[in-house]
Amino acid sequence: MTKNPPKTETPKSTDEFIKGLWRDNPVFVQVLGMCPVLAVSNTAVNALAMGLATAFVLLMSNILVSMLRKFIPKQVRIASYILIIATFVTLTDYAIQAISVELHKSLGAFISLIVVNCLILSRAEAFASKNTIGRSMLDALGMGLGFTFALFCLGAVREVLGNGSIFGAMLFPEGFQSWIVMILPAGGFFTLALWLLVINALQTKKAN
Amino acid sequence: MSETTTIKTQKPASSNKMLFAMGGIGIISALLIVMTFELTKPRIEQLKAEALEKAIFEVLPGTVRTQAMAITPEQTLAAPKAGDASETLVYAGFDANEALVGYAVEAAGQGYADIIRILYGYDPASETIIGFRVLESKETPGLGDKIEKEQRFLDNFKALDVSLDEQGAIRNTVITVKQGEKVNAWEVDGISGATISSRAIGDIIGRSSKEIVPVLHGANEQEVTSQDDKQ
Repeated sequence: MTKNPPKTETPKSTDEFIKGLWRDNPVFVQVLGMCPVLAVSNTAVNALAMGLATAFVLLMSNILVSMLRKFIPKQVRIASYILIIATFVTLTDYAIQAISVELHKSLGAFISLIVVNCLILSRAEAFASKNTIGRSMLDALGMGLGFTFALFCLGAVREVLGNGSIFGAMLFPEGFQSWIVMILPAGGFFTLALWLLVINALQTKKAN
Repeated sequence: MSETTTIKTQKPASSNKMLFAMGGIGIISALLIVMTFELTKPRIEQLKAEALEKAIFEVLPGTVRTQAMAITPEQTLAAPKAGDASETLVYAGFDANEALVGYAVEAAGQGYADIIRILYGYDPASETIIGFRVLESKETPGLGDKIEKEQRFLDNFKALDVSLDEQGAIRNTVITVKQGEKVNAWEVDGISGATISSRAIGDIIGRSSKEIVPVLHGANEQEVTSQDDKQ
């Protein structure tokens, strides 16, 4: 199946892509998949890697679920989806190890835990199993990139405040007292709360 | 996939169909996983070996070549048997003149958050620990992880005494003391704010050196025969 670029699709299909980025952003609006969002967004690099890994799994599983949607009997659909998702998570796990052992170490168990990320299963069940491959791909790309974007928003803020750096490069002069709580789990909640506040304020303003 | 039959949602699918679907997906999954595993295996092993080598170079300053050795049940050093994972491995480091710099030893123990894995360098000539590095730890960022970052703490492991007595046992076990209270060459100056983590490092080295340093020192006196095979 060839990928249909968003522009050649009908306007409604473009919307499948856009909705995940902003209007139905998986983190800021749907508040899905909070475990990796809070746990591995302590640095910008970790957040990006986690986001992209999740996006890849989401894309591949959406394609396969959509491809097999007429073949999978309803009674065993969830088991089949989990099997498909777990396969791609395992592939991603090996791929990340092959890219960087360091990165694999800092993401730790959270790569394997993508299997139970409710974002991916919810897209398979609610979207890919009912739509064509092209639309499922757009949906996965939008949701995946939206997830990555949200994770990055958290990771960047936490790294700057908690470590005084961004992408590992120091931002502040010597003697900057880093705000350690921000890279601890509690900082994840604080940062998420702040971002939710900002996003909600923006959307309320737009609605008025 | 060109599946033309449409399933009516009301009609339950037959067991065969379910089995077929699950089995089919299972086989595809297995194939994909095995393929990726085989494809990435050489690269992953290479990266891991590189990371280990880099750590060895760090704990044994001046090393240009490393060689893995196994500690045999008879408490001597031998070339490791390929594929035997149960052996305790140490890594001998040689400098540019093929002279032995020392041995890198891996050790692990309970830290504050989880098991801490470390690598330390032992120099049999001076009977001291000459380098230290944390391989893996989950210590609290900003507190416990000072054991990896604080230079004052790392300076403890430039000449840490692990000399042997006449019986061939460690004379003084390595131990962590409170920050600023180090007086003897075998004591590790702790970190206030990372008390448990820095104490854990002292314990890990103390325990491991008690067991391994006598073997290494003994083996060194019998002259290390340097083999060409690189494991």
